[in-house]
Amino acid sequence: MIYLDLLIGFLEVGLFSFGGAYAAIPLIRDVVLAHGWLDDEMLSYMIAVSESTPGPIMVNLATYVGSNKGGFLGAVIATTAVMLPAFLIILFIMILAKSLLKNPYVQATLRGLKPCVIGVILATGIYMILGNCYVKAESRVDITAILITCGLAVIYFGSRKVVKKGLSPIGLICLAAIVGVAVYGIR
Amino acid sequence: MPILMELFLTFAKIGLFTFGGGYAMLSIIENICVEQKNWITHDEMMNITVIAESTPGPIAINCATYVGYKKGKLPGAILATLGVALPSFVIIFAISMFLEGFLEITWIAHAFQGIKIAVGILILDAAIKMIKKMKKKPLQIGILLASFAVIMLINVLKLHVSSILVMLTAALVSVAFFLAEKGRRKEGQA
Repeated sequence: MIYLDLLIGFLEVGLFSFGGAYAAIPLIRDVVLAHGWLDDEMLSYMIAVSESTPGPIMVNLATYVGSNKGGFLGAVIATTAVMLPAFLIILFIMILAKSLLKNPYVQATLRGLKPCVIGVILATGIYMILGNCYVKAESRVDITAILITCGLAVIYFGSRKVVKKGLSPIGLICLAAIVGVAVYGIR
Repeated sequence: MPILMELFLTFAKIGLFTFGGGYAMLSIIENICVEQKNWITHDEMMNITVIAESTPGPIAINCATYVGYKKGKLPGAILATLGVALPSFVIIFAISMFLEGFLEITWIAHAFQGIKIAVGILILDAAIKMIKKMKKKPLQIGILLASFAVIMLINVLKLHVSSILVMLTAALVSVAFFLAEKGRRKEGQA
């Protein structure tokens, strides 16, 4: 039952995504890969679309996956599910437990969760980059992709040394699109 | 304008004009809710930031629920939260109808080949920023490295293990260390 899968899958994402949008990406990846809803490639595209459209990335991804797999009702269910845990927890803290976050056990839990989330995001990022540079179907290393990756990384991280805030994520996505059209179009 | 309507419209505006996720949104929420509308104070905004970072879910949703509840109790919380999510819902729903057809156009497929690479860099950058900000104690660094290694293994070996399980384990390890230290301190006092 697709609606129930969407509901449970995105409730999990909403409940375990500590630390902002990028923390949710590994969880969403778990859910969509496990159900075969999207592959890594389509997920990357959707992350780019979510970055380039307004609103919380997590909500954007949930709406997309929901709509793709279950139409309008699927989109509503996935989006509601991804938001519901955050909504209920904030209400709970405000109404019943203003000092919940100061509880030493809660603090200890968070001290364990936060570095773990960082490790998970780091591994996901590196794995996705490695996946981009390897053509699975032909079992060979994609040298063009490696060169583009290095070039974009130098420009993105290097731009911060030149301009105060550096290149924005949307700027990087636009640049990458232009590079993609130029490099893969000419070949 | 009744406050409930104002909450809904204000957060819909915030949802419509913030690109790039939660942290970008925090500064806009600060600007509108603290400086323009005086709905919450600077201190409360700091508080919300800490709460949003320590609770799961999209940061924008956490903020909208908090401010909405403060100004309009439960109906306020519901309307502010719906408001902040509605614009992206409508936009993404529209995009989802034609994205796959769109990707069949050759030059757009090429553009997305490049974009795919940018996304990897963005995720890596998010992790690096978080590492810079985190408290670097031995236990935290250990958990970070162990989680990194486990997730890499799961990915490379294509194991069916959810990262949620890894997170729960990390939380348990941290609580266990906390209890052990508490026990030691008590012994020291006795």
